Amino acid sequence: MSFAPSSTSTPSSTPDPTPKPRVGLFVTCLVDMFRPTVGFSAVKLLEEAGCVVDVPMEQVCCGQPAFNAGDLASARKVAKPLIAMFADHDYVVAPSGSCAGMMIKHFPELFANDPEMAEPVKALAAKTWELVSFLTDVMKLQGVAAAFDGSITYHDSCSGLRELKVKEQPRKLLRSVTGLSINELQEPETCCGFGGTFCVKYPEISGKMVGDKTTDIKNSGADMLLAGDMGCLMNMAGKLRREGSDMEVRHVAEVLADMTMAAPGIAGSEKG
Amino acid sequence: MTDPSSLSPSSSRSAVLGRIRKNLGRAAGPQDAPAEVVTRLANPPRNVMPARGQIPHDQQLNLFVKMAEDVNASVRRVENSDAIVGEVSRYLAEHNQPAVVRLAPDATITGLDWNKTTLETSSGVAGPLDMVSVTPAFAGVAETGSLMLRSSPDQPYTLNMLPDTHIVVVRASQIVGTYEEVWSLQRQSQGRGTMPRTFLWVTGPSRTGDIEQTLQLGAHGPRRLHIILVDDTGETSVGQPD
Amino acid sequence: MENSTSPKFKQNAHDALNDASLQRALGRLKTGFKDKRTAAIAQLPEFEQLRDAARDIKNHTLANLDHYLTAFEANVIANGGHVHWCADAEEARQTVLKICQDKDAKSVLKGKSMISEEIGLNAFLEKQDLKVVETDLGEYIIQLRNEPPSHIIAPAIHVHKEQVADSFRATHKGRDINRPLDEPRELLDEAREVMREHFFAADVGITGANFLIAETGTSVIVTNEGNGDLTQTLSKVHIAIASLEKVVPTLEDASTILRVLARSATGQEMSSYTTFSTGPRRTEDLDGPEEYHVILLDNGRSNMLGTEFQDMLRCIRCAACMNHCPVYGAVGGHAYGWVYPGPMGSVLTPSLIGVEEAGHLPNASTFCGKCEEVCPMRIPLPKMMRHWREREFEKHLGPQSMRFGIQAWAWMASQPKLYQFATGIAARALKLIGGSKRAIRKLPLASGWTDIRDLPAPQGKTFKQLWAEQQAAKKA
Repeated sequence: MSFAPSSTSTPSSTPDPTPKPRVGLFVTCLVDMFRPTVGFSAVKLLEEAGCVVDVPMEQVCCGQPAFNAGDLASARKVAKPLIAMFADHDYVVAPSGSCAGMMIKHFPELFANDPEMAEPVKALAAKTWELVSFLTDVMKLQGVAAAFDGSITYHDSCSGLRELKVKEQPRKLLRSVTGLSINELQEPETCCGFGGTFCVKYPEISGKMVGDKTTDIKNSGADMLLAGDMGCLMNMAGKLRREGSDMEVRHVAEVLADMTMAAPGIAGSEKG
Repeated sequence: MTDPSSLSPSSSRSAVLGRIRKNLGRAAGPQDAPAEVVTRLANPPRNVMPARGQIPHDQQLNLFVKMAEDVNASVRRVENSDAIVGEVSRYLAEHNQPAVVRLAPDATITGLDWNKTTLETSSGVAGPLDMVSVTPAFAGVAETGSLMLRSSPDQPYTLNMLPDTHIVVVRASQIVGTYEEVWSLQRQSQGRGTMPRTFLWVTGPSRTGDIEQTLQLGAHGPRRLHIILVDDTGETSVGQPD
Repeated sequence: MENSTSPKFKQNAHDALNDASLQRALGRLKTGFKDKRTAAIAQLPEFEQLRDAARDIKNHTLANLDHYLTAFEANVIANGGHVHWCADAEEARQTVLKICQDKDAKSVLKGKSMISEEIGLNAFLEKQDLKVVETDLGEYIIQLRNEPPSHIIAPAIHVHKEQVADSFRATHKGRDINRPLDEPRELLDEAREVMREHFFAADVGITGANFLIAETGTSVIVTNEGNGDLTQTLSKVHIAIASLEKVVPTLEDASTILRVLARSATGQEMSSYTTFSTGPRRTEDLDGPEEYHVILLDNGRSNMLGTEFQDMLRCIRCAACMNHCPVYGAVGGHAYGWVYPGPMGSVLTPSLIGVEEAGHLPNASTFCGKCEEVCPMRIPLPKMMRHWREREFEKHLGPQSMRFGIQAWAWMASQPKLYQFATGIAARALKLIGGSKRAIRKLPLASGWTDIRDLPAPQGKTFKQLWAEQQAAKKA
């Protein structure tokens, strides 16, 4: 693979057309395996916003499952290669508040006892972003060229919301989508019950939580459910299907990138 | 009197303190308190005080009334001490309460001209049959509409808690903005580090939400809290009715 | 209360989720506490600053805990009171008993105290033939039902008014059997009447303490009902039982924390009664207790100092974390199996009864972070639950399958080529299983997922496969 040449991150000092920031896309394991469309939506959004996108092919996972299971050695083993892999990028962007939150908030804890890692970890945390907030807060995107004729409702995934303060950013861009209206949930900030391994360790409690969530979702009357994290989306989509609902469920990036025609929604049949 | 040393072997005291010191990374034996501890205890800093209470005094009075009413107390402002007994009488009649009143044995309350009314009064501690009490206050705090009541020989504590109706007389000059001002007044009045047996903040009448989270007033303490706010700006000798 | 059912958390949770009556009660948390908290905080622009100040006060106090405790002790003694240092629950129980015996006490009144629950005081005193009556309405209700509290500030939150009426009819003898007890008001009036008789007959009154103030040797209780005040005023002896970390330096420091306490707890600006008690009644006082004792309980707390769990000692027991916790909201307090439920319990309980016993609790969290968001003392609860998981992992306490799974996954995930190969196959296989519905209803080894919900099927190829193909096509 050949990657675009690295650009400096000080565009103001360059005389010629401002060099495009070089963004390393952290795909996330769930997007990689379950929903590549989200990855391509992210690439499209980033390129349209003026970034050069690079996907390091050796990337796997941020280590969060092991970190949250208390297995710090395994978490470090999985996380460590990422730090070098993204060392030369101007930014690292993930279509997930949870994975971005891991790299921004928890890598410093994970490597706290490793003085050699202190600087690289700090540098990575400083340049890592969740996709939508990167578009609005760094690339200053005011709107997107996309259309969706219908109403959506939005679940605020916990990590993005509480660790990274992602709340208004997706709504701001969604409001610019032609034909789209937002029906807010009664409790958009209440956890859907995914919680990584929690949902399989405590399935009954998780089931109660996601059941409360889908009730709220269905009561919103929206045509489509959006969120910014695949874990929550798979949990909510899976529960909606189990309850017999065929409501369309998508990652917010797919709507913002105008890629809803590219594939059916999550756990959604091909439209006839 | 029980000898405390017979109850609590000093071994636990020194063991607990030793563990604390050791786990804080210090030697296990007794040590002198650092300067910041000594200073904090000698001159307590005021920390963060809400701007809400830090307003001119006339606005503090209005805020006090509003906040007290928000927590289901009733407040009546009267022009001078002479009006207190009339207001007590009026309030009890309006609320269909017995005209029998237990007074705090405090000159500012017992010294009022109760004979002007048909109320039957006595003073002292409250007992199981006392339905109405009238007590003075040490201060009122505008920030939350809270009354500050100190126990003393003149202000038996049971008067605050046992009767169904508790009527508190507080003077406009006693209303301050924040709790911190009350502590300054307390130190001025009884000396630094000294407290009465009980220093009570009352913010509205007794209540509970313990049954299905529905608010009910009058759980174990008073069902009604009535505050008589006396405008004493023109009075020179508080508590000496003419 | 020393016996816990925490190891049975999963079964407890199962029972709770299938208890329709409990589920109805838990539905009241939102309007009861959460909405009121939000409204109260909106009224106070300085709330966030106050949280910072409250956190800083406690951090400073904990760093100087020995100094503030000895200052507190000296001031209690100077005011004619007694301080009893108790290393553990047994010592605290024996100390309370000794005080009761010295006064030849027959009856003990209780104000609400979580420390009393922690040390199992009621059951112990009753075995010694003392009559123990809880005076807080919620505590009284669960005492009649012979249950532990299910919430730290609303102990009977799981009980319906019809159940309260049943308990009252069974207990309050000599009353008209057909009396109306349908409404909360009627129930409360009856409890008030019954409790008055107890108040006037009490020998010893035991309360907890929300704060101990070093500057003055004062203990503080924060209540709404007034029961705590009557308990400690009408009894001959007032015993305040408190754990070490309740101490704060000054009256001002207590006031700062009080500004965040009730707002976080019930959404009140201030609770009805905030009572600062110092020493026994003064010589000329006409009422009040003749003796004042403070039980200073350690019971494992001093060993939290200097560890990653020290911040937990900032907790002021407001219950905001459990009021807002979706797991608590799903299963209620009894499922946690010991005295302290919800997120604060998931951190504190392993410290007090051992992570071997309480290992489920820190695991039963999605780390949604809501508890930390609402904690007035800014306690990083999810982080500390994760620290417990680390301890469990070190001690090989979790299920072996989970441990093996994580390590196998980590091994795979650190071999990118193998990982991509395997996920490529898995994605294709799962797509096939998903079929035209693109969802999987049942999957061996993933029943934890598919018992509850379908598993959305992958789209087919992995992103990295597609990306590599696309890049190759661009070059061609």
